[in-house]
Amino acid sequence: MSDLYNVSSSPHVRAKDTTARIMLYVIIALLPASVFGIWNFGLRALILIAVCIATCVVSEWVFELLIHKKSTINDLSAVVTGLLLALNLPSGLPIWQAVLGSVFAIVIVKMMFGGLGQNFMNPALGARCFLLVSFAGTMTNFNCDAYTGATPLALIRNGESVDTMKMLIGTTAGTIGETSTIAILVGAIFLILMGVIDLTIPGTYIVSFVVFIALFGGHGLDGNYITAQLCGGGLMLGAFFMATDYVTSPITPMGKVVYGILLGILTGLFRTFGANAEGVSFAIILSNLLVPIIEKLTIPKAFGQKKEVKQHE
Amino acid sequence: MRKLCYNYIDKVIHKGGKNLYRITNKKHTFYRESGARKMGLMTFKGGVHPHDGKEFSKDKPIRELLPKGELVYPISQHIGAPASPVVAVGDTVLRGQKIAEAGGFVSSPIYSSVSGTVKAIQPRRGAVGDMVNSIIIENDGEMKEVEYHPVDDIDSLSKEEIINKVKEAGVVGMGGAGFPTHVKLSPKEPEKIDYIIANCAECEPYLTADYRRMIENPELLVEGMRIVLKLFDHAKGIFGVENNKPDAIAKLQELVKDEPRMEVCPLQTKYPQGGERQLIYATTHREINSTMLPADAGCIVDNVETLISIYNAVKLGKPVMNRIFTVTGDAVKEPGNFNICIGMSYAEILEAAGGFKTQPEKIISGGPMMGFAMFGLDIPTTKTSSSLLCLTKDDVAASETTACINCGRCVEACPERIVPSKLAKMSEHGDMASFEKWNGMECIECGSCSFICPAKRPLAQSIKTMKKQILAERRNKK
Repeated sequence: MSDLYNVSSSPHVRAKDTTARIMLYVIIALLPASVFGIWNFGLRALILIAVCIATCVVSEWVFELLIHKKSTINDLSAVVTGLLLALNLPSGLPIWQAVLGSVFAIVIVKMMFGGLGQNFMNPALGARCFLLVSFAGTMTNFNCDAYTGATPLALIRNGESVDTMKMLIGTTAGTIGETSTIAILVGAIFLILMGVIDLTIPGTYIVSFVVFIALFGGHGLDGNYITAQLCGGGLMLGAFFMATDYVTSPITPMGKVVYGILLGILTGLFRTFGANAEGVSFAIILSNLLVPIIEKLTIPKAFGQKKEVKQHE
Repeated sequence: MRKLCYNYIDKVIHKGGKNLYRITNKKHTFYRESGARKMGLMTFKGGVHPHDGKEFSKDKPIRELLPKGELVYPISQHIGAPASPVVAVGDTVLRGQKIAEAGGFVSSPIYSSVSGTVKAIQPRRGAVGDMVNSIIIENDGEMKEVEYHPVDDIDSLSKEEIINKVKEAGVVGMGGAGFPTHVKLSPKEPEKIDYIIANCAECEPYLTADYRRMIENPELLVEGMRIVLKLFDHAKGIFGVENNKPDAIAKLQELVKDEPRMEVCPLQTKYPQGGERQLIYATTHREINSTMLPADAGCIVDNVETLISIYNAVKLGKPVMNRIFTVTGDAVKEPGNFNICIGMSYAEILEAAGGFKTQPEKIISGGPMMGFAMFGLDIPTTKTSSSLLCLTKDDVAASETTACINCGRCVEACPERIVPSKLAKMSEHGDMASFEKWNGMECIECGSCSFICPAKRPLAQSIKTMKKQILAERRNKK
C-alpha cells in the first residue's frame, strides 16, 4: 500500500480552546483594572506595566534559548505573569526593581521548576513577595502624584474612617491594579462567562474571609468595615485572578473548597493579628504550597462509588 | 455558562410496588412516576459537546448493499473466547450457515452472510490493527440461503428456549463492545432485573445507523424489547433516546403508548450519554462502578441493533448476518446508511458511497470519540462495526501538545468524576499504586478528557495504556 492514513488513539476530534486562548481571555479580563490603574496613577503606571510584561517575555525567551528548549512565549502565559505582577506594584516603584521582580518571577519561580504548569507558586505573587521583603521601603510607599498617604486598609488599622464608595470605584492609594473593585469585577465576570474560572475558589475565599473578620475583626458585622476589608488590599484581585491560577490551585472539586476556605482564614488571620494591614499575597502563596497536600486529601469519589446501589424490596 | 438547567433524579421512593422519582433542577423539586418524564430531559453529570456531524447522513434512508468478491470473517468478533471454525477450505456454504461455533460460554458463533466457497482460513488484519485468524469465503453472488425456522407464537417459547435462540444466532452487543448477548440475558438472579434499557442514545458524533433504524424499523425494536421483557417478569423496558432525534422519540412514543411495560426516556444530547453507566444513571438514577455489572443494579442495557438482532433470532430464526452501517465524513462523496453483509470490506462499502470526494487524512472505524483509526481500507467489517468515518482534517495531527496547566476542564468533563490530568501524569511516571488510589481503573475510555484538553494532551491514551498494564499485572498475579 502506497499511502497510509494517519492513525492515533481515540478520540480523533478536539475542542477548539487552547492554552494561548485561555491566557488571552485572562489578559482581556485584566484590561479594565489596568486601564483604570493607568488613569488613576498616570503615565508612570503604564511604564511599569510595559516594563514588567516586556521583561517577563524576554526573560522566558532568553532562558529557553540558553537551555535549548523550544520557545513557549507564544502561549502568552509570560504576558499574564508580567501584567499581574505590574498590577501588584505601587506606581512609584523604581524601574530597576520592577525588572528584577519580573526576572525573579519568570526565571526563579517559573522556569527553574520546569516552566508553565510546573511552578508550585504563582510567579507574579512570588515576585511580589520577593520585592516586598527585599525593598520594603519602595514597595509600601504609595505616595504618588495623585495620592499621598496610606492605603485605605492602613487607615482602618489606625482607626481612621475610609470612604467605601471611593474604594469601590478605586480612587484611592494602592498598587496599580488593586484599587478599583468595580474594574476587577468586570474582568472577573468576563472570565466566568467565558468559562475560564468558576466561582468556587473566589466564592469560598470571600465568604470564609467575611466570616472570619466578622468573628475576630473586632468590628462585628459593621457593613462599612467589612466592605472596606473586601475592597482593599488587593483581595478582589487576589480572589479572582490569582487564587484561581490553574497551576497553583487544587484540581479536585473538594480541594477547591478547602483551598478557598484556607485562603479566607489565612488572609483574615494576617490582617487581624499580623504586623501588616494586608495579607492577600502571603495567604495565597502559603496556600499554594499546601496544594499538593490538599489534593491528596480530597481525592474525589468516582462515579458509582458513593453509595450502594439502591435496591428496593 | 456550561451549567445549564437540567433535571436530575435525586431520589427514588418505593411506594406500593411503584417507583416514585424525586426530580430536581435548579428551581424546582417534583415527584413523578417513572412512566411520565415529560418535564425535562434526563442526563448524567459531566460530559462534552463535540461537533455533531450527523447532518451528513441522517436523512439518507438505509440502502441494501449486495457484496461482491470475497468476504472475511474474523473468528473473534466479540468479547470472550474466539469461535472455532466448523468449515474447511473448499467447502460450499450457504447464507445463514454456521461457519464457526462458540468457543465457550462467553463466546459466540459466526454465520456466513453470503453463499459461496471457503477460500482460505488465515490471519487477516482487523480494524483495531491486529492480525486475527479469519475465514475467507469467495462469494458466488447467488445468495442461496439455508432454511430458517420462524416462530409463530413467541409466547409458546420458554425462557431457556429464547436465550438459546439468541445464543445460537450469534447475537453480541452490536453497539461496539461485542459482549455476547446471551450472557447478558442470563444474570444470576433474573428476578432482580428491574429495567431493560434500550441504548438508543447514539451519542457518538457522525453516526446515524441507530437513528435510521429507529426511524425506519421502530416496530422491530419494540418487538425485540418485548422478547427480552418476556425473560424478566418484573422488568420495565426503557428506550433512552437523545433529544437530537425528536422524530425517533415521537415514533417510539407512539408505538409504546399502549404498552404498560415500556416507556421512552428522552435524554439530553451530550457525549457520552450512551455510555452504559451514564445511561443507567440518566434513566434510573442507579450508579455502577467498574467492579459491577449492570445486572448488579438491576439493569440490562442493549443497543438498538442488538435488540433487532434478538428479534430476528427469536422470531425469524435468522442468525446475525447483516447490520446497519454509516459511511460518513467530509471526505466521502455520498455519505449514507447501508444494510451491509457482515464480512464485507470497508473499501467495498466506501465504493458504494461513491468513494472519496477529497483525499482524507484519517479514516476511522466507529465514531470520532471512541472509534479506531485505520491505516487502510482493506479491512473486513464485523458484528460490531458501526461506521466508516473519513475526515479530511486530522485534529490530532494538527494540534500541538503543550504543558498541562492544571485547568481542570478534564475533571469537569469526566463522566466518571475522576481526575484525568493527574492519572495521565501517573501513567507517564509508571506509578501504578497512585493510579489505582486515584480511581484510574474507573475510566470508561470515553475520551472526553482528551477532547476538552486545551493543551491537547492525549490524556485518555495515557490512562488506557496504564489500565492495560494494571490489568495485565493482575492477570499475572493470579
